Amino acid sequence: MSVESQGPQVGADEWVARQAHRREYLPSWLGRAQRAGERVGWWPRLAVAGLAGLVLPLLGIGGFQLQVGIDALVIALLAVGLNIVVGWTGLLDLGYVAFFGFGAYGYALLSSAQIGTTGIHLPYYLSLPIVLIGAALLGLAVGLPSRRLSGDYLAIVTLFFGEAFVEFTNNVAPSKLGGPNGITSIDPIKIFGIQLTTNASYYYLLVIVLVVTMAVLRLLDTSRTGRAWRAVREDPLAAAAMTIPVNRVKLLAFACGAMVAALAGTIYAAQQASVFPTDFDTPILILIYAGLILGGAGSIAGAVTGALVVMVIYDGLLRSPAEASYLFYGLIVLTLLAKLRPWRRLALVLAATVALGFAAHAIAAAISASAVAGGPQSGGWIADALRYWVIVPANAQVAGNFGFVVLICLLVALVQVSSRWRTILLPPTLFLASFVWETRLVVEPSITRQLMIGAILIVMMNARPQGLLGQRRVEVAT
Amino acid sequence: MSAEPADPVLELDQLSLSFGGLSALSGLDLRVSDREVVSVIGPNGAGKTTVFNVITGVYQPSAGDVRFAGKSIAGQPPHVVAGLGVARTFQTLRLFMNMSVIENVMAATYGRTKAMPWESVLRLPRARREEREVRALAEEVLSFFGQRLAGYRWDQPAYSLSYANRRRLEIARALATRPRLLLLDEPAAGMNPAETHEVTELIGRLRDERGVAILVIEHDMHVVAGCSDRVVALDHGVKVAEGGFDQVASHPAVVEAYMGRHPEDLAEAAE
Repeated sequence: MSVESQGPQVGADEWVARQAHRREYLPSWLGRAQRAGERVGWWPRLAVAGLAGLVLPLLGIGGFQLQVGIDALVIALLAVGLNIVVGWTGLLDLGYVAFFGFGAYGYALLSSAQIGTTGIHLPYYLSLPIVLIGAALLGLAVGLPSRRLSGDYLAIVTLFFGEAFVEFTNNVAPSKLGGPNGITSIDPIKIFGIQLTTNASYYYLLVIVLVVTMAVLRLLDTSRTGRAWRAVREDPLAAAAMTIPVNRVKLLAFACGAMVAALAGTIYAAQQASVFPTDFDTPILILIYAGLILGGAGSIAGAVTGALVVMVIYDGLLRSPAEASYLFYGLIVLTLLAKLRPWRRLALVLAATVALGFAAHAIAAAISASAVAGGPQSGGWIADALRYWVIVPANAQVAGNFGFVVLICLLVALVQVSSRWRTILLPPTLFLASFVWETRLVVEPSITRQLMIGAILIVMMNARPQGLLGQRRVEVAT
Repeated sequence: MSAEPADPVLELDQLSLSFGGLSALSGLDLRVSDREVVSVIGPNGAGKTTVFNVITGVYQPSAGDVRFAGKSIAGQPPHVVAGLGVARTFQTLRLFMNMSVIENVMAATYGRTKAMPWESVLRLPRARREEREVRALAEEVLSFFGQRLAGYRWDQPAYSLSYANRRRLEIARALATRPRLLLLDEPAAGMNPAETHEVTELIGRLRDERGVAILVIEHDMHVVAGCSDRVVALDHGVKVAEGGFDQVASHPAVVEAYMGRHPEDLAEAAE
């Protein structure tokens, strides 16, 4: 049925006709890449992304970076599974991480010396299906009493379930589950006679598993099942009136999400070779949610992108603060380049910042040698570049703490004042940010990473509430 | 125009519903025959939408029975009732706003398709065949509305549609369940005179071309006069009049329900 051939139409309003052009894309060249990707179709895109993931270790990424990659891929897999329940079916499931734990403990029990005299050592192609079926049943069991709940009630009930799992593994059958000491010396995964023992092999396995899971879920999303999930999210009453058995569809979503989480759990347990109750507590849940929300709930690619971004910041920062400095300064410079217009304003701010730093350093050094005795805490060439620019006093901790408070005040002021004042305030703010980073943040990565995730989510909520790759949704009040 | 006891699609038999002590419906009898358009009128709060909610299984009747094609459906859950062939639209639009137009229609075929999730993932023959059929059905149903829901709109989200088109899409979605009985809850609400006229024609076409029986709640008397084979008037959950439009519209009980009593009658009653 073509419209173009029949000339102007009654009611064919232009606003609707141009809807496709109003779709929201990422800014600048990222948006162009997004558009180009949409023309190619989903599976070539996925294949290219998967290949890129597989090639990455060949480019000299190894050691701690590989471990960051593995952690990020596990969270990405979890985020993709959570997307089924939260993004598609619209059920706020806060007990999701328990299914991850179930998969990990399930694999651990079936692949270690925990049970019986010599233990059970099943090959992966046997233990995986057992764990997945168990997880699906557990998903149904959790979903069954909570299938009539929605919104806040469901969130609280599932949160209790998640906490109950941690308590269970901590306290029940310590001889089997190990209590707080967990289960150690878990067998590595064996597939077709190959033992996966190196980090690189787990990295490759995770990339392949993630790509396959994404493809499976994409196919599911465009099927009757996916449509039913989204219909239930949009309006359960209307869905029921349109022949969709709402409760059954919700349970199916719970079971599918649980299976993906358990799959991630088995690989996690095998790679770590040990599992502990605290590995499956609320902090992990928050990371998964942060990834899903940052990337855009409802989008598979978004869930993966968000999880990777969150984990590279979160995990990378802790494992190597020196490398995190590149990320910190890189992000600041990129943001300035992207957001500061016109160009002379950008040049002005950058020049002023550089001049301010050197001037301040020179004055501080002239007044007292101890005021600049600390030196930058970042590693690599950044430290050399900043040596005569940033002020790091001998008692860096106290000065840094004060600087941090002033920085927060400056940032708050920055978003309130007029454009002219913002240009004036930017150089001192940037200088102070560098000061706080070099004195405090870079030496306290476990706190800094929490701050950075929070800051990113706040920025995201204001700039792009639908997430990196999500589509904006309308909410209809009923 | 229809011979009365032809072939009852829907029979409400002494249907009553009360919430706590509040009686929403009491002793309601209603029949809808094959290919018949029956309008339900009545002032706000008369229980019109409640009748729809009882028929579609949203509420369980306190007493009485609902029979569809001779079989009792009282107490069945909504998705089962819908699967049997009773489709409805909502007074306050309830589209799947963030799904595309065609997905809205395709989602309504869930009950008639059987492919399991793994069949869909592996694109096994049954899943592929069903998907083809569902797509064809959706396109056919949307084409029923001609240019209003033309092809270039199919992949746009439902929220991008105008108000009148959202109402049309809701009817299209209901048709995709392949109903024998269609319940329309104020299909002309919020429409301009031209669109209202279109709704009247549409209801006639739905009956004649798609062969469905229609029970319609409507406040616009032009629509009611233009499309109804029979009119039923409700007030306070009780049927106060039934028959042709002219007959019901001039019925004293109906006039009273809408306008209140005539001052002279009131004075009489007071004496």
